[in-house]
Amino acid sequence: MDIKCTERNGNLVVRIVGEIDHHSADRIRHTAEREFYNSGAKNMVFDFAHVAFMDSSGIGMIIGRYKELKKVGGKVYAINIGPEVNRIFDISGLRKIIPCYASLDEVASEGR
Amino acid sequence: MFENKMELSFLAKSENEAFARVAVAAFMTQLNPTLAEAMEVKTAVSEAVTNAIIHGYEQMGPENMVSVTCRLVGKEMFVEIADHGRGIADIDQAREPLYTSKPEMERSGMGFTVMEEFMDGLEVVSELGRGTTIILRKLIDG
Repeated sequence: MDIKCTERNGNLVVRIVGEIDHHSADRIRHTAEREFYNSGAKNMVFDFAHVAFMDSSGIGMIIGRYKELKKVGGKVYAINIGPEVNRIFDISGLRKIIPCYASLDEVASEGR
Repeated sequence: MFENKMELSFLAKSENEAFARVAVAAFMTQLNPTLAEAMEVKTAVSEAVTNAIIHGYEQMGPENMVSVTCRLVGKEMFVEIADHGRGIADIDQAREPLYTSKPEMERSGMGFTVMEEFMDGLEVVSELGRGTTIILRKLIDG
């Protein structure tokens, strides 16, 4: 599992390549949090384009970031959700708190 | 009727979660599952193995083993995930959506809900101080 973080117009884009389970969720959590505070970004965007698997540990990790960012007035978004991750988003009701978009451009246009 | 069986046993370490679900998925290919069926089984196995590691054994130890047994009976697959850890005091509460005994670890409490959603059957056998066995059942009709 590989994590790449880049700052784009106030959004920290967290691109995960691989599988999200209990083992990898801890690493994603620590990396995303560290990069978020280092970058000075306002929001966090999880890019699922290269995520082939996610179980409920991913739900916990995303809700954790949602709570964390809420404290500082930031939002968490999800983009590029494929069929593998889609079911978990549906079952968990994550969409109620995490806005999901097809691409980063759509996230950027939300505030306009 | 075609029958087959396999058993795995591994140390309760999070590194083995991916190994366990991939091994089960590889074993089930003989039933020609769809991609969706394979994903559902992998996810359910991942949930059960994670529970065994996090909740069955709270502290790491060289004797903490998790076993996974798969049986194929006709087009049905049965997967048993067993630990010899502390056991579950209240199974009904553990199965409630969003219930978690470890919120500080950012657990969502959705593990059993995911298992129920993705499989056709889920049975929990647990005894305090003896361990927990999860029995998952799914019809693989491709």
